[in-house]
Amino acid sequence: MGNHSSKSKPGTGGDVSSHDKTQSWFYSDIVKDHFFNPRNFLDREPEEGEFNAVGKVGSPACGDELRVWLLVDSSSEQIKSFRWKTFGCGSAIAATSMISEMVLENGGMTLSEARTIKPQDVMERLGGLPARKFHCSVLCDKALRDAVNDYYRRTGQFDRIAVEATRIIDPVSRVTDRDIEEAVLEGAQTLELVQQKTKVGIGNPSVLPAVEELIKFYREKYFGGGPQE
Amino acid sequence: MQVRNVYMDHAAATPIDRKVVEVMLPFLNESYGNPSSFHSVGKVASDAILNARSSIAQILGARADEVIFTSGGTESDNLAILGYARKNKDFGKHIITTKAEHEAVLESCAELEREGFEVTYLDVDEYGMVTADQVEGALRDDTILASVIYANNEIGTVNPIREIGAKIQRARKGSAKNFPVLHIDACQAASALELNIQKLNVDMLTLNGSKIYGPKGAGLLYVRRGIKLQPLQFGGAQEKRVRPGTENVAGIVGLASALQIADDGRVQYVQKTTELRDKLINGILSSISKTRLNGHKTERLPNNVNISFMDIEGEALLLYLDSKGVYVSTGSACTSQSLDPSHVILALGMPYEVAHGSIRFSLGRDTTEEDVDYVLETLPPLVEKLRKISPVKVDEKYY
Repeated sequence: MGNHSSKSKPGTGGDVSSHDKTQSWFYSDIVKDHFFNPRNFLDREPEEGEFNAVGKVGSPACGDELRVWLLVDSSSEQIKSFRWKTFGCGSAIAATSMISEMVLENGGMTLSEARTIKPQDVMERLGGLPARKFHCSVLCDKALRDAVNDYYRRTGQFDRIAVEATRIIDPVSRVTDRDIEEAVLEGAQTLELVQQKTKVGIGNPSVLPAVEELIKFYREKYFGGGPQE
Repeated sequence: MQVRNVYMDHAAATPIDRKVVEVMLPFLNESYGNPSSFHSVGKVASDAILNARSSIAQILGARADEVIFTSGGTESDNLAILGYARKNKDFGKHIITTKAEHEAVLESCAELEREGFEVTYLDVDEYGMVTADQVEGALRDDTILASVIYANNEIGTVNPIREIGAKIQRARKGSAKNFPVLHIDACQAASALELNIQKLNVDMLTLNGSKIYGPKGAGLLYVRRGIKLQPLQFGGAQEKRVRPGTENVAGIVGLASALQIADDGRVQYVQKTTELRDKLINGILSSISKTRLNGHKTERLPNNVNISFMDIEGEALLLYLDSKGVYVSTGSACTSQSLDPSHVILALGMPYEVAHGSIRFSLGRDTTEEDVDYVLETLPPLVEKLRKISPVKVDEKYY
């Protein structure tokens, strides 16, 4: 993959070398690097006892599915190994690769540190993502938190399992009420726009009535309601 | 392996043929007149349009006054559907179309539904095809219009337009009325298939320049004499007031020239691209496991190859191919403005994950056997790498 240099190609030349970070479809050089040379992914099935925590988010139906495997040191609670598999677009693959590097830096984050990583942190390290890709493709923090909870569950530390302060609205895409709140705050005031930002209900339409209720609620909360369509 | 640049997205856009550029250039330079002007400079432009119109009409087997120039395929589809339905709504408010149409048709129909029309969206079969019997079965007393894509833009499946048109004509004769009428979108079909409107039994037909080595922003709608349309825009008397606005003279001249070149080279183009298409299809299906050809094996455009690669996401594969100089498109949601993957692949009865992994390779006049070989060599390791990264295993019944 090392020969990537799309600068002078005709046709779609420049596809993945755009540096425009505002509304551009295409990706930063860091994203490109992690996409073409992903770090720490697991290119096989995990072996028995190789890891002691597993996390999962998404489904192929909604366009992204991520799995992460952690090896946690039981005394220090530092994450010593972080491996992953991702089905998804370029930015989903790059984001998972990036979060694996972030977690493993400096001898490995502790579980409590790892739990605080936000999608914004990953995006920053990636040198930005196209606006419309951000919410839908950075799911890796959710998969990581799922794995952290799994570790606590496996070690019987049930009191430390963090029930997400927010409520999961769509179990498939793991979109929470907080995600919807943020999307509304960023100006997505219709179901269609919120779906564009969050993927909520894509491939799982049964949750849509609940989503519409929430959009209405947050719209009224922040914008005083009124017709927005 | 030496890196090549292999453009396989001709269904999205073609380069302009050099000969087309040459006939367009004078109208961008010295012959800049407004065709509506009543002086010699304007006359040059209006003569050029006159010639373009009659040359196109000849290829379509139509009369020159039945050709309306537009800004492209989307506008032609919009004008045909919105313009016809709004003008003829007193005769009925029912329209028939299919679930595998281009967005320009589907969104026009959705707009008509908001205006109180009723639209029947016919299912397509597992290859993306609709039958004449299905269309006939959906006809009602208040059906005024049917719109069916000639050859599908994503999967290349060719619909039996002639038979559909015959059913529509019979329905008209049976009721001794002027409706229903049949519109087809022939943008993707123009280089490869029959375009004679009498043989096709159609009443309206959409064509554009950018898929046939002509200019972007130039299209046309064939409208059978006697059919009334309500304009979408208002202004001067151009295009019989159905499509007012100063004519895109260079574009119109280019469109006519491109269509003429396509028509002259049709037989050769079909033969050459069909061979390369089948080599590419067979090569991919035999060298890469867990793949599926979307669309019909034989009733498909000679330049269209659409394959779902199970367990991986189309955008990722598109970008990996891009890094190797191969340019394709995908039905993945990630590259569309909406978040849903291709409605066409979903209409085939395939689940979301199969649609997310679909890639369209569309060949062109200049595609060579070496290009196909290069793609066949480049593709397998890229697919293998993305599959290694992927946690997904698509159900076997889909491939």
